[in-house]
Amino acid sequence: MAAITNQELITILGDKFGDKIVNVSEPYGLLTFETSKDVIISVLTFLKESRNTDFNFLTDITAVHYPEKKHGIAVVYHLHSMVKRVRVRIKVFIDEHHPHIPTATVLWNGANWMERETYDLFGVKFDGHPDLRRILNMDELGVHPMLKQYPLEDPNRVDKKDEYFGR
Amino acid sequence: MSDINIVDAPPGIEGSGFFATSLDKVIGLARSHSLWPLPFATSCCGIEFMATMGSHYDLGRFGSERLSFSPRQADLLMVMGTIAKKMSPVLKQVYLQMAEPRWVMAVGACASSGGIFDTYSVLQGIDEIIPVDVYVPGCPPRPEAILDGFGKIQELVRNESSRRRDSAQYQEMLASYGIL
Repeated sequence: MAAITNQELITILGDKFGDKIVNVSEPYGLLTFETSKDVIISVLTFLKESRNTDFNFLTDITAVHYPEKKHGIAVVYHLHSMVKRVRVRIKVFIDEHHPHIPTATVLWNGANWMERETYDLFGVKFDGHPDLRRILNMDELGVHPMLKQYPLEDPNRVDKKDEYFGR
Repeated sequence: MSDINIVDAPPGIEGSGFFATSLDKVIGLARSHSLWPLPFATSCCGIEFMATMGSHYDLGRFGSERLSFSPRQADLLMVMGTIAKKMSPVLKQVYLQMAEPRWVMAVGACASSGGIFDTYSVLQGIDEIIPVDVYVPGCPPRPEAILDGFGKIQELVRNESSRRRDSAQYQEMLASYGIL
């Protein structure tokens, strides 16, 4: 089966979704583009089910927090077409005060735990997820610790106080 | 042929045909040389403990040949490794299942203070949830250090009053951890 190039891929996507596909770039040769949350599931469905693309494997779902941006949370999808020997990265920027996005568990069962992790660490609510609860942190944590307003360090730590270092 | 070592008798009154000493000392002597440790090993300190149990260092020399993998028969809880906050209820449950008298040893920097993991997901020392008798420093500590810490536990066991666990002070200390 012939491989597909990034250029062909972006043409296919452009024909299908038009101006919903924006900010296309190829850092280190990995095709990257942004789309919006109203079409993300259609884009993923198309990439998975079209015989021209055959993205059969969901590598990862994660997020990035940009506190300075208007839509401060980027949900990032990594897909891999084992058939066409190509990978792609898709970003969706959503409002950090209203972090909702439809679930990808309708396409890949593997998305279940990835979305739970993203919910746990960033507080992204995946609408339609069958069991959206924390997966790594303890249930009583109360915050989504990868959001930048929360400190990395534990407040109970006593041996790093400034007075011990003459500060 | 190797020499057989027998522990020295505790101080007491000796005469022809009798030896008298206090019950505390006899019990302490016996207990300190037959501690059953429960290894709660979660990371690299646990690997050092495996070396400590191995033939070269041989914790069995000190009367702890028999590890207890059930907390109900264990005397000494050895916590070796990073304890994530999500695991802290499990560790506390293990401690609660141990019968009195019980001792706890925090082996390594992580169990003692959180170590390098100064982060939201890691318990900053197991003494936030259970009382600790002996801390062993190191990252990870060498087997010699673990044996030294074990020796310190034996010393505590040998010299403990049989009424200590009933004292108001001890009950207060447990209550401060929410253990009754």
